[in-house]
Amino acid sequence: MSAVVPAAPAASRPVRSPFREFLRRFRRERQAIAAGVFLLALVLMAVFAPLLAPYAPAQPDYMHILEGPSAAHWAGTDAYGRDIFSRIIWGSRISLSVGFLSVTLGGIIGVVLGLISGFYGGWLDSLIMRVCDVLFAFPGILLAIGVIAILGPGIYNVIYAVAVFSVPVFARLVRGSTLALKQAVYVDAARAIGVRDRLIMLRHLLPGTMPSVIVYFSMRVGTAILTAASLSFIGLGAQPPSPEWGAMLADGRSYIGIASQVTLFPGLAIFVTVLAFNMLGDGLRDALDPKLRKL
Amino acid sequence: MTSIPQAAPTTGSLSNAGAPPATHSTPLVEVKNLTVEFPTEDGPFRAVDGIDLHIRRGETLAIVGESGSGKSVTALSLMRLIEFGGGRIVGGSIQLAGRDGGLRDLAQESLPAMNRLRGDEIAMIFQEPMTSLNPVFTIGDQIAEAVMLHQGLGRKEARSEALAMLNKVRIPEAARLLDRYPHQLSGGMRQRVMIAMALSCRPSLLIADEPTTALDVTIQAQILRLVRQLQDEMGMAVMFITHDMGVVAEVADRVLVMYRGKKVEEGVVDDVFARPQAPYTKALLAAVPKLGSLSGAPLPRRFPVLTVEGEAGIATEAERWQDTVEPAAPPILDVDDLFTRFEVRRGLFGRLTGRIHAVERVSFKVHPGETLALVGESGCGKSTAGRTIMQLQAPDSGSIRFSGRDIFAMPEAERRRMHQKIQYIFQDPYASLNPRVTVGFSIAEPLITHNLAKGAGVEERVAQLLVDVGLSPDHAKRYPHEFSGGQRQRICIARALACEPDLIIADEAVSALDVSIQAQIVNLLMDLQEKRRLAYLFISHDMAVVERVSHRVAVMYLGQIVEIGPRQAVFENPQHAYTRRLMAAVPIADPARRDRSRPLLEGEIPSPMRKLGDEPIWAPLVEVEPGHFVARHPVGDFA
Repeated sequence: MSAVVPAAPAASRPVRSPFREFLRRFRRERQAIAAGVFLLALVLMAVFAPLLAPYAPAQPDYMHILEGPSAAHWAGTDAYGRDIFSRIIWGSRISLSVGFLSVTLGGIIGVVLGLISGFYGGWLDSLIMRVCDVLFAFPGILLAIGVIAILGPGIYNVIYAVAVFSVPVFARLVRGSTLALKQAVYVDAARAIGVRDRLIMLRHLLPGTMPSVIVYFSMRVGTAILTAASLSFIGLGAQPPSPEWGAMLADGRSYIGIASQVTLFPGLAIFVTVLAFNMLGDGLRDALDPKLRKL
Repeated sequence: MTSIPQAAPTTGSLSNAGAPPATHSTPLVEVKNLTVEFPTEDGPFRAVDGIDLHIRRGETLAIVGESGSGKSVTALSLMRLIEFGGGRIVGGSIQLAGRDGGLRDLAQESLPAMNRLRGDEIAMIFQEPMTSLNPVFTIGDQIAEAVMLHQGLGRKEARSEALAMLNKVRIPEAARLLDRYPHQLSGGMRQRVMIAMALSCRPSLLIADEPTTALDVTIQAQILRLVRQLQDEMGMAVMFITHDMGVVAEVADRVLVMYRGKKVEEGVVDDVFARPQAPYTKALLAAVPKLGSLSGAPLPRRFPVLTVEGEAGIATEAERWQDTVEPAAPPILDVDDLFTRFEVRRGLFGRLTGRIHAVERVSFKVHPGETLALVGESGCGKSTAGRTIMQLQAPDSGSIRFSGRDIFAMPEAERRRMHQKIQYIFQDPYASLNPRVTVGFSIAEPLITHNLAKGAGVEERVAQLLVDVGLSPDHAKRYPHEFSGGQRQRICIARALACEPDLIIADEAVSALDVSIQAQIVNLLMDLQEKRRLAYLFISHDMAVVERVSHRVAVMYLGQIVEIGPRQAVFENPQHAYTRRLMAAVPIADPARRDRSRPLLEGEIPSPMRKLGDEPIWAPLVEVEPGHFVARHPVGDFA
């Protein structure tokens, strides 16, 4: 062999797996890291709520109703004298689990449908995509209300309701990337060595769709929390006395003029949490999207 | 290096262009110590490192080098387009003798001033003519725009100038072409349009950056000749960037060889080819496949191996001939009357209006240990034939027998097992490896899929395969993007070998690689054939490589095999007119053998698309000598 042209890459360089590459870029997304740290703290708070909350969430105290923030009650009390700060801590359990569970459920169904739709095409693709079109035609909240109307109010049904309107989002997203990825020569190469369709989808297509799925997952959790809170606000979600943030907002509505803390703090909790999920999603997108990759 | 080429053919033609002979000795462009850097995460990367060069009026300087050698960066620096690509000229000067007689340093020129110079004094044509043309404007408008911008003509005059330019680049029916859009033109036509645009302002220097690399050989030959003719007519200087030594030998007066950003050799073309000085140039020239180098020999032979001893490189031709065919053994692959057509649907209701006859009654056999080359130009159906045999594409009819068993009659499970025994190597090794998994996994995938190894056995086998193709076992943990093009193709070969196949379909497997790497990969394929008695179906457009590797050759044109036979017979005694034209179009990497008046194929490669019911004529091939068959019926333009 002509020995004049030596191979380029130096052997000493560390192996750059796609995951490491992602971590390297994600480290530069300061806002997203801050959001991620906040969300991690929120998750820990939800897990350790019984230890962290100074009061029981449903314990009334009629001697201290509608009190403003004080040393004893950091976020004040509501119309039954319940400690709002404790209720927000307990409420994070509900909001976060509803957010994660619903999007996970909707995401899994959507990803599977999208993969099948994009990979096989034909009538199956048309069928799945038309169903998605129908679901898309409804405003999300209206669709959720519809599902609740069928299943009945309650926090578990909120999970299903929010999951339903996450399905088409993921299905379309994954179908799009699948259509692009299945043109890749390496998919042909896998087919040429006799890999079965199912494995081609799992090994060669699914990992390629993951970056956009992860980004959307993060953003959808924010939306899901917001929708779940809205459903509870109009009385279709969590039922009293559970300390759901949306339900707390609804409770405080009547006292907004005299005791703004009853609505302010749950509102703030929703706002900050959803914002954090969106910022995390933005950062993930910048770190995962090769089109935005800088040199 | 300092001598002026006296006998170069263009110098005589200068007087035609009316250029004063006095300017002949003063260089038009003089680049001194040019250094270009790109900022990267690991500090600045020096793409061009202290290049000196000069180009005289009317002269063609070829800059040759492999990918990453800095040849394109040099060209873009001359245009000062390098800044748009993120690069920076950090040192050196680029002196241009302007039309007004003044000297200016382009490295220091302001960007607005450069804008005026670009297109006017220096023009450039690029490799990919489709992306260089704006898809939403007609050809006429685009040329007229350039003319209006630089010559200050009105719309009407600009348009007639555009027409004149299209006529100048020998475009037939130029007036009709003015109102066409780029996508309606073939690649060769688009490159002509690009040249017309570049020449519309009569620049004194034309920079051509791999202008023919994306084109078929017959079209490449036309474009090269056109550039040469226009240069003679207009007396301009040409800086020709290429990786192809054959093209250099064809067009250049002087050659500059680049390697890793540095100039390693410069000289008059005949000297460089006849007496290369730098070891790198020697290696490069040794690796270039030369058509006709195996004349008189019936068997394929490896590329010469180059050993570097001190300053001198010695190329030694391999002793061994590739005598691996077992003619008595039953064929491993037997393709009979294979048809693959694609339907063309038009209109609102998707009415079937025609078919692309990609593979048209193709029959051939491949014996164990044999390499059959399938050659032809783009659109001739050679890749579709390969994909159909690999079952990546369904045929319309015909039979494919593998080891005597009909593939289409097999039950699904057996067909899957058969996949082990036929493997495919794709043109682009980077695209055919999943970027998200390690190279080790890619090589292991066929083993896992067919349950050929388990647990630690997989790792062992992968390590062995990597060693077999000349890589090291610890490469298994790395990802495709960490390898060079040649290494990636080795990985793809390792993957193909994992199942111990009997037949490998190599679809343009070496055409995307640099010549020295190409020679290594071809040698590797031939070594593996020697060791394992592999049969290859070698799909390629490159006649010179085909001559090296193949035992037999099949020439495809418009979906049909027009000539098939032993390689020596087809190359030394080509019977079909198309085969002869194909060979005549191959640029020969030897300036002593260049013949600028040889007949070329005129016009375009016809389309394999036919209207419904318009069946092509077919007749059995005629045997002209033992095993050498040729089509005597009319195919396309060949009656």
